[in-house]
Amino acid sequence: MSFNQVRKVVGSYVFVAPAFLLFVTFSLYPFLKVFQLSVTNWDGISSSMQYIGLENFKDLWLDNPVFWASMKNAFTVTFLALTAQNFLALFLALLCDRDIRGGNVYRVIFYLPPVLSGIVVGLIWNWIYDGNYGLLNHFLRFIGLGDLARAWLSDAKTALIGVSVIHMWKGFGWGFVILLAGLQSIPRELYEAARVDGANTWVMFKNVTVPLMIPVFILVSILTILGTMQIFDIIISTTGGGPGYHTEVPITRIVSTMIGSSKFGYACAMGVTFGLILLAISMVQIRVSKMMRQV
Amino acid sequence: MHFVKNFILTFLILFFAGCASANKQDPSAITIWHWMSDRDEVFQELAKKYEDQTGAKVKFDLFAPSEAYAQRVKASAQTATLPDIYGVLGEKRDFASFIRSGYIANLSQALGETKDGVAWKDDFFKKAVSVNEFLPGNEFGVEPGIYGVPLDVTTIQMVYNKKLYEKAGLDPEAPPRTWEEFMGHASILREAGIPRLVSGFGEIWMLDALASNLAMNLMGEEKVFDTYRGKVSYADPDWVRVLSFFKQMTDEKVFVEGAVTMVNKTAEQTFANERAAYAFNGSWCVNVYKGMNPDLQYAAMLPPSVSNLHPARIWGGAGGSFVVNAGSTRRDGAVKFLKWLTDEKQQAFLAEKTENLPSNKASLGKISPVLASFADDMDNTTHPNIYPVHEFPSVVEAFDKGIQSILIGEKKPEEVAQDTQKIKEKESAKARAN
Repeated sequence: MSFNQVRKVVGSYVFVAPAFLLFVTFSLYPFLKVFQLSVTNWDGISSSMQYIGLENFKDLWLDNPVFWASMKNAFTVTFLALTAQNFLALFLALLCDRDIRGGNVYRVIFYLPPVLSGIVVGLIWNWIYDGNYGLLNHFLRFIGLGDLARAWLSDAKTALIGVSVIHMWKGFGWGFVILLAGLQSIPRELYEAARVDGANTWVMFKNVTVPLMIPVFILVSILTILGTMQIFDIIISTTGGGPGYHTEVPITRIVSTMIGSSKFGYACAMGVTFGLILLAISMVQIRVSKMMRQV
Repeated sequence: MHFVKNFILTFLILFFAGCASANKQDPSAITIWHWMSDRDEVFQELAKKYEDQTGAKVKFDLFAPSEAYAQRVKASAQTATLPDIYGVLGEKRDFASFIRSGYIANLSQALGETKDGVAWKDDFFKKAVSVNEFLPGNEFGVEPGIYGVPLDVTTIQMVYNKKLYEKAGLDPEAPPRTWEEFMGHASILREAGIPRLVSGFGEIWMLDALASNLAMNLMGEEKVFDTYRGKVSYADPDWVRVLSFFKQMTDEKVFVEGAVTMVNKTAEQTFANERAAYAFNGSWCVNVYKGMNPDLQYAAMLPPSVSNLHPARIWGGAGGSFVVNAGSTRRDGAVKFLKWLTDEKQQAFLAEKTENLPSNKASLGKISPVLASFADDMDNTTHPNIYPVHEFPSVVEAFDKGIQSILIGEKKPEEVAQDTQKIKEKESAKARAN
């Protein structure tokens, strides 16, 4: 190999090295470390830790109903986000896709909630949901539905739905932007051709928009699932996981195990399990999306 | 080509310069990490005073909020980059873990040194020292000694609004002393349309504080500790009765709507805005209420007593404490500074500026009467950090979350007691197996 060839090969590695080092240091190493810690009883402080095999996983999988209940809560919020939030996002994207007056203003308004901090959003909604002086209760009393007034986030029947609504309000802007971009990439000629063939709005939506938007729907649904399953900041700033365990989600359980109980090893086992579940969901989605594309 | 080379070189220089620390540390300065954002300004003032008096430099670094601070300290412990002086946030087992790992110096000798015939440790409230002390034969296996210097103390009590009391036709100078009186007053306040008790019960440790007050008063400390030891069941009638107090308060609508998931800051706002007659809160509230509503007319009271058989206990004694890094090269200087910081004069200055209870008893006379009243019952304080035995965290969580379930009418006291006992048995079995 000539000097120039060596220089070329080495040069390539040198250029890749900084990115590779950053990736190894900040992504790969912590990722592998979590696996290592998950089989120990480390308390997060001691300089030593004891290897305990799969004990943490055994306890988590077979004897931790609170964690699995938190998983169920996360699935409930995710289901609501997948349906109500994304339908709202699609509906608004369809409206803004038309050449309406002030379209850009609406786009900015709809995109505002996602850029707000989850903690700030939680605190604002706390005020809306407040059982004594909340805006929602005030409105209900104003329209004569005072009987429905309650402390929305402190009632077992409404706490999880209340938190879900906050999450959907904060999150629909993402879906809106992506769906709008998808809608605008559909060639207008297809709609014109369909109109010439006598198709009405519904038929055009069903036979032109939906098939061409499937990759975008899949992307939005993957982002929604992964984003919603990891909901945390809104919960912390509103209910703290309460009342009881009614709004606990996996991340709040992981944090309370790690900080509240100083069981870092166990919390890492929770993290690994949760990560594997998210990975499985993503793989199923990718598989389904491939099947849908073939259809 | 030259331009590209120069560009890359400039970029690399700027990149690595950016990675360098912005703070040029003075190697001789004693570094202190803390989380107390309300006290930072005063700490900086005190550091300057200390430098003026002794010539020694002290640098206070604030890391807030407290959760972020706690994580920083844990991470720094792993990388041996702890400062000379810092505070450990968390429970006694975390404190013990830091000591066992060699991150905290034993200060027993320094605290035993006398000045004018009085040992340094005797300057403080006894309970404030106890929370930093490990006794012989402690359950954590830590060498006996005192490992921290208390900076201030807190007590968790109740406060009541005198104006609302008067409005309801109650004597504003006669808060309830017994449970019956408390429920009676709550009923009168309800009839007057005044919301009653608020607290940040969304933060479950506050529920735990109130529940353990009631438990120790009802059944005595020893029975509570025996429960932790596994000798008494949570299904015991006394524990069911403790939980029943919460049921009774729920049935009588004593709590402000939403208190069950309320964070304490919101609860403090509610009380400061005169939207509740009582609050269960810590002594730091004096400073908080002063900021929120300087005209608030309130006074401190003890939580109502539920029995005459055992003394009423309140959570207290523990506040902010500083420890000295065992690996610090400036250990002697650090101890010297802590001695100065906890001296009567500096303690009074700190208390006056921040409205926190000083840990130095001699400074009590120099603080506001309402704040001083929080220290009246210091002898009857207790705190998990001075318990001789500790409950499993998962059992504490199950118990506190169970109380939340009672507050929302989801579970009965008996059910919560049974559920907690099940978790206790599971954790005990695990502990035995290990």
